[in-house]
Amino acid sequence: MSKRIRGFLIAAAFLVLWIAGHFLLLREWGFSLRESITDAVVSNFINILCCAAVYVNLRYYRPARSRYLYFLLVCAMISAVGAAASRYVLGKFPNSEEYRLLLGRSTGLRFDLLLLLTCCVALISELWHTIQERREQEKREVNAARMAREAELFRLQQQLQPHFLFNSLNSISALVKSEPAQARKMILQLSEFLRGTLRKDEQHYVPLCDELKHLELYLEIEKVRFGHRLNTRIERDETVDDQPIPHMILQPAVENAIKFGLYDTTGEVTIQIQARLTDNYTVVTIKNPFDPETSSPQQGTGFGLHSTQRRLFLLYSRNDLLSTEIDGNIFTTTIKIPAHDKSIDHR
Amino acid sequence: MIKALIIDDEPLARSIVREYLESHAEICVVQECGDGFEGFKAIQQHKPDLIFLDVQMPKINGFEMLELVEQPPAIIFTTAFDEFAIRAFERHAIDYLLKPFSQERFDKALAKWKEQQGSGPAHDIMLNTAAQNAPQNQRVIVKNGTHIKIIPVDDIHYLEAADDYVKIYTREGSFLKNRTMTHFSQVLDPTVFVRVHRSYIVNIKLITRLDPLEKESYQAMLTSGARIPVSRSGYPKLKSVLGF
Repeated sequence: MSKRIRGFLIAAAFLVLWIAGHFLLLREWGFSLRESITDAVVSNFINILCCAAVYVNLRYYRPARSRYLYFLLVCAMISAVGAAASRYVLGKFPNSEEYRLLLGRSTGLRFDLLLLLTCCVALISELWHTIQERREQEKREVNAARMAREAELFRLQQQLQPHFLFNSLNSISALVKSEPAQARKMILQLSEFLRGTLRKDEQHYVPLCDELKHLELYLEIEKVRFGHRLNTRIERDETVDDQPIPHMILQPAVENAIKFGLYDTTGEVTIQIQARLTDNYTVVTIKNPFDPETSSPQQGTGFGLHSTQRRLFLLYSRNDLLSTEIDGNIFTTTIKIPAHDKSIDHR
Repeated sequence: MIKALIIDDEPLARSIVREYLESHAEICVVQECGDGFEGFKAIQQHKPDLIFLDVQMPKINGFEMLELVEQPPAIIFTTAFDEFAIRAFERHAIDYLLKPFSQERFDKALAKWKEQQGSGPAHDIMLNTAAQNAPQNQRVIVKNGTHIKIIPVDDIHYLEAADDYVKIYTREGSFLKNRTMTHFSQVLDPTVFVRVHRSYIVNIKLITRLDPLEKESYQAMLTSGARIPVSRSGYPKLKSVLGF
C-alpha cells in the first residue's frame, strides 16, 4: 500500500514540475500570467489523462502479435485526441491575439510531445508486464520442479523389494506348521518392518538410531530365511545416535549388500554396518562379501546404488556423498550425511 | 518310484515343498540343492523325473542351470518372481508356483505334471525362451567337461559356428556351447556383437583393423591377433555399428 502512495506522490511531483516548466516557458515568451497558468495546467492534465489512458489500455489488452505496431497506433490515436482536446478547451478561454496565434500553431508540437510521452508510458508498462510474466513463470517452474523432486524422493524412498516380501511370507508359511512360535515372531518382525517402510508422515529426517533399528529388523528377517549362514555386525559410536539422516537412505545399500553378499553367495557371510561421526558428517559404511566369479562389479557406483546416489543428490545437490570400494571379495559402500543440515525445509 | 529334486537356496522354502510332498508317497526327494551348481551336478547324478526349481539363486540362476542340462527333466518353477515376469515360461514349464503357495495349488501342479507325462513338453523351445528372458544376459554359462564356466559377455572375443555348436573364443581359450548362431545374435547386445559373417559374430570393441581381402570382402583384425572374415553382407552391418 505504501508503495502505491509513494508512486502517486512521485507522479504528482512530476506533474507539478512539468506544469512549472511549461508555465515558465510561456512567461518567458511574454504571455500573461493567466494565459500561462491556464495553458500549463490544462494541457498537462490532458497529457496525464492520455498517459493514464494508454496505461489502462495496455494493462487489459496486450496483443500477442505485432505488439509494438499496436502500441504505436494506440499512442498516436490517444495523442491526436489529446492534442485536439487541448486546443478546443484552451480556445474556450478569452485570450489575447498572440496566444490565439500560438494555440493555432502549436497543435502539431503538442501532438508530438504527447506521442513521445505516451510511447514512453507504453514501453515502460510493457517492460513491467514482461518482468511480471517472467516472475510468474519462474515461480511456476520452481513449483513444478519442487513437486517433481518431492515425487521422485517419495518414490525413491518407497522402493520395496517385492521378492523380499513374498519370500518372507513363504518362509512364514513353512514355519507355521513346524515352528509356530517362530512363525509368529517373524510375522511381527515383518509387520514392524513394513510399518516403518510405509511410514508416510512428513518426517524426512529421522535419528540414525531409528534407521539402524529398522535395518536390524530387516536383517533379522533375512536371518530367519538364511539363518544358517548370515551373520551381521552393527557398530556405532554413541555420539551418532541422535544425528538426523534422511529416512530409509541406508536401506537400499543394505539391500544391495544382502543381494550380492547373501543371495548370490553360498558360504557363511558377515554383513557389517558401521556408523561414526566425523568433522561434519555422519558416515555409515556397509561391508559385504561378494562372489567375484559370478558377479562382476560395474564401474562407478556400481551394484545398483543409483537410486541412493540420486536421492542424495536431490537432497544435498552433491554427487560425492556415496562411494563404493572393492577390496578383494569385500564390497564397501560408504554414505556420508552432512551434519547440522540447514536444508530441512523441502517439504 | 518317482525321483524328485528340490533346488532352492532357502532351507525353509525347500522344507515347505518337502512338507507338501508328504501326501504324495510315490514321489521321493532324492536330494535338496542350495544353488545352481549343486543342482546341475545332482541332475547328472540322479537323473530325476521332476525338479522343483527356484529361479533366483547364487552362482547361476535356475534358467542358466537348465541351459546346461542336455535333456532336462520336467520342471515346476517355485519362485517369488511376479506373475508378469514368469508368464513367459508358463507354456513351457509344467507349471509355476508363486511363493507363497498353498497345498491345493501344489497338488494341482503335480496333477498337471501327471497328466502331461509321456507327451513330453517342448524343452528346446522353453530353453530358448528362458535364455532370452533371463534376468541377466551379461554372461554365458558353458560346460567344460564336469566343470561349469561363467563367461562375462565382455570377455568374449568372437563366436564361430561349429556344426551344431558355437565355439566361444575368450582370452582363456575357446568353449563349446550347444546353441545356434541365430540364438547368440538374438541374445547378445547387437551394438557390441555384430554378425559379420554367416559363421562369425565379433565383439566390435576388440577390432583394431579392417583390411580389404578381395572384392567387397574384408578381414577384421582383433586385439588378440585373431583374423575374422567379414562377408559382403556383414560389412555394411559393421559399418553402421562402428559408424564410419
